[in-house]
Amino acid sequence: MIKELTCINCPLGCSLRAEVEIVDGNPVVTSVTGNTCPRGEAYAKKELTHPTRIITSTVRVHGGRLAAVPVKTASDIPKEKIFDVMEVLRGIDVNAPVHLGDVVVENVAGTGVAIVATRTVE
Amino acid sequence: MKTSVVIVGGGPAGLAAAVSCYDAGVKDILILERDNCLGGILNQCIHNGFGLHTFKEELTGPEYAARYVAMAAEREIPYKLNTMVLNIEPQADGTKLVTAVNTEGLMEITAEAVVLAMGCRERPRGALNIPGFRPAGIYSAGTAQRFVNIDGVMPGKRVVILGSGDIGLIMARRMTLEGAKVLAVAELMPYSGGLKRNIVQCLNDYDIPLKLSTTVTKIHGQKHLTGVTLQKVDERRRPIPGTEEYYDCDTLLLSCGLLPENELSSQAGVQLSPVTSGPVVTSSLETSVPGVFACGNVLHVHDLVDYVSAEASTAGKHAAEYVCNPDHTEARKLRLRTEGGARYTVPVYAEPEKMEPQLKVYFRVGDVYKNAVLTVSALLPDGERKELSRKKKNVMAPGEMEQVFLKKDDLLPLPAGSEIIVKVEGNA
Amino acid sequence: MQYDVIVIGGGVIGCSIARELSRYAGKIALFEREEDVCEGTSKANSGIVHGGYDAAPGTWKAKMNVAGSKMMAALAKELDIDYKQNGSVVVAFSEDGIPHLKELLAQGVANGVEGLEILYGEDCQKLIPNLSDDVVALLNVPSGGIVCPFSLTYAMADNAAVNGVEFCFETEVTGIEKAEEGYVIATNRGTFTTRAVVNAAGVYSDVFHNMVSEKKIHITPRRGQYCLMDKVVGGLVKQTIFQLPTKLGKGVLVTPTAHGNLMIGPNAENLEDKEAVFTTAEGLEDIIRRASLSVKSLPTRQIITSFAGLRAHGDQHDFVLGEPEDAPYFFDAAAIESPGLSSAPAIGVYIAELAAEKLELAKKENFVAERHIAKAFHQMTSEERKAAIAENPAYGNIICRCETVTEAEIVDAIHRPVGAKSLDGIKRRTRTGMGRCQAGFCTPKVTEILRRELGLDYEEITKTGKGSEILDHRNKEVAGK
Repeated sequence: MIKELTCINCPLGCSLRAEVEIVDGNPVVTSVTGNTCPRGEAYAKKELTHPTRIITSTVRVHGGRLAAVPVKTASDIPKEKIFDVMEVLRGIDVNAPVHLGDVVVENVAGTGVAIVATRTVE
Repeated sequence: MKTSVVIVGGGPAGLAAAVSCYDAGVKDILILERDNCLGGILNQCIHNGFGLHTFKEELTGPEYAARYVAMAAEREIPYKLNTMVLNIEPQADGTKLVTAVNTEGLMEITAEAVVLAMGCRERPRGALNIPGFRPAGIYSAGTAQRFVNIDGVMPGKRVVILGSGDIGLIMARRMTLEGAKVLAVAELMPYSGGLKRNIVQCLNDYDIPLKLSTTVTKIHGQKHLTGVTLQKVDERRRPIPGTEEYYDCDTLLLSCGLLPENELSSQAGVQLSPVTSGPVVTSSLETSVPGVFACGNVLHVHDLVDYVSAEASTAGKHAAEYVCNPDHTEARKLRLRTEGGARYTVPVYAEPEKMEPQLKVYFRVGDVYKNAVLTVSALLPDGERKELSRKKKNVMAPGEMEQVFLKKDDLLPLPAGSEIIVKVEGNA
Repeated sequence: MQYDVIVIGGGVIGCSIARELSRYAGKIALFEREEDVCEGTSKANSGIVHGGYDAAPGTWKAKMNVAGSKMMAALAKELDIDYKQNGSVVVAFSEDGIPHLKELLAQGVANGVEGLEILYGEDCQKLIPNLSDDVVALLNVPSGGIVCPFSLTYAMADNAAVNGVEFCFETEVTGIEKAEEGYVIATNRGTFTTRAVVNAAGVYSDVFHNMVSEKKIHITPRRGQYCLMDKVVGGLVKQTIFQLPTKLGKGVLVTPTAHGNLMIGPNAENLEDKEAVFTTAEGLEDIIRRASLSVKSLPTRQIITSFAGLRAHGDQHDFVLGEPEDAPYFFDAAAIESPGLSSAPAIGVYIAELAAEKLELAKKENFVAERHIAKAFHQMTSEERKAAIAENPAYGNIICRCETVTEAEIVDAIHRPVGAKSLDGIKRRTRTGMGRCQAGFCTPKVTEILRRELGLDYEEITKTGKGSEILDHRNKEVAGK
């Protein structure tokens, strides 16, 4: 089975063609073409088997110069967990100061990935 | 007050220019920033995707800004916040008088060189002339982004976005994650104005429909937006009767393009390009006013901050050279022109004697071109054409900034009066 | 609560009458259904102070226009607002139009307008270099001027408030009944009694008139659409350019505004809906097409906004001023369409004098005629700027970068006698957000200032009063899917 997709790793947005076979009921990517760099191949393999995304958002801050601090998942998380992560963030309040890189939530929504601050709010 | 170089704007362009100017040996620099912190618009761009070129890793906007703020801090480059430049006036002795204001008072700064790094602004609703009422609930995407990401407040719950510029796409995802329902992104053109990867990860991931060749033809709601009418348009971008669709929404975001903010530049006598709305610059990124340089989105709208930083580094370096080298006699200039699908080039002039061994020329195409061929050639004064380079690309689109390189060695032997032609051909 | 006079309507006419009434000792209130004054016809207006050649001699329009425009320069000085006597012209595109120009000239002379002359051929383009080459003759009206309709209305309201007029906003009149003495006025905020009523309700003035009088009037909301262009093209023409009315309808104008933008419009569409203040694609196309006839090249790429207003056109084609025979102590200032803005100062005096005489109100000794606001930063010299910032550092904080408006001016606008409470209120008082970015950058900043100065929450900040809240909820208050 041929799948066509757009690589989201960088602004080039390469158009990829991936060949997918079903092995023991699971999709396996056997070849990828159209990519300009190795990340394209890695992306296609991941996207067609267990897609992931980095999530960015904000978290309420108390006592800081800003009302919210921007945060991100320290690495990519399974796509289907996106709204679970957002639901956890809804319940989070932090107190200033928060520093860039501070862990705001550990192991968010059972993903094993931390939420970290991406800006310093004093 | 006197300083060697004044940098107008402390966003990504201004910071990178300051750092490279310092590293090129001119340490007497002053950054003037109108907001209450350095970093510019990156502070509200909390999404990831920045820095792959510059830092070889994927950062969010605030993280990218923090890297440059740290570089400026390491060099102890002075800056003033909440400071608005009101006027830049070239003086008879070649210096520039920069007038700026903040709560401490009115400042007059005499600078040898000025780097323009004011960025751009969004095209407002009025410029689109959408008929209807003028209710609350209509924002440019960037204004909404500021409210949501800095102030932590949401403009509404049901959203339609007009224009598929990157900020609009990013905001479609952002507001969806915050619990809003984004009903559709409408795009007047038959192609998206944003990056392909943003279509995938901001729209497709959340099943948000992208409606091409579609526009908003009516605004409903007298006090507050209650809905919009979307309508298909024909090849001439005229609404097609009978294709009206009503969308019940409380928020309309506009992401219909960015305009370089050059009121200061034009007051200072800087010549602007009617295509980019930014200054006409040489390969040193020097404007028509000697000693005034421009970089970043004030020069032309970029798609990637990494390119802004690279361009600004060039501008900062040349500003330093201008200060260090008292000989300001004009260098030989070769004009760059476009043919076919290319709409403009930055820079507009190459100075072979002054340029680096390799010059990066940025340009955009005016339409989507498939199986595109990009050629660069020299048009000699006698009419002869000499091809300098040729490159094939599968697709070229207006939403993406393109680049091509010119070699100093190719340009040096060209006789005065030669022109460089950047040409794109392909199936539109 | 017993009032001497209740003025219904806070447009330029109601505010002018309120200000003139405040010269007299009496209990006076102005009822306005919106959250601010200048929210109806007065805010969507050409801002032209007409010479007065246009109305038939003997009409209220002619009388009030000529008297009003003669008052304007002094009034602008007294109230600290911008007024420019930029002159206006009426252009003819063919020889056929010349007799019509002559008629207007004769009419103007009969009305007492000074300085009128007709120019022919190249003299037209000599007067206005960017005038279309198709113009063959024009009527030059040097007494024509431009004024900012918002500033004029706000100034008269502020001054009326300082002199004791009570401004009641979000107060919508729902009924008027004759009482033994005076009237009982029912509103959404309760019932009020008053000895006299002034009806300055714009497109609704027929509704209120007809509540008390058997001599019915009818008002047709006549919509006009406009486009406003960037200040960079504000100098395209110095004068206001009118076209001769033709069979196709009244021509549109091209004019600089009092603040240096370029404006085109209005068209004229008779409607029945008194709330139809929306623009249409056809209407905007129409005014652009017709305005293009007047000048060499109309810079439509510089359009920064468009808007529509409703003129209160009376079936009798003239203003309705004074007491109806069957409704003593009820004073109409009804069916005020063009030249209403030019006439406003004179209508104010006329109606106030009528009411004061009837009610036997005495002139106050302590009337304050002058009104001043914080000087606009963009109009200051360098020395003035330095002094202003030294005295009030908020003058050094630029909030609106397109129009160079400072925090000091915005705070001043909020705390004026009739102060701004919303984004639009601040915009119209200070021009914040009226520039080329159309409030893209300054909206969050103005929101913060409004929050601080008025103690409001984000969700209470409005564009223009209740129902126009600009923000919905805090992040994370609503769950994702």
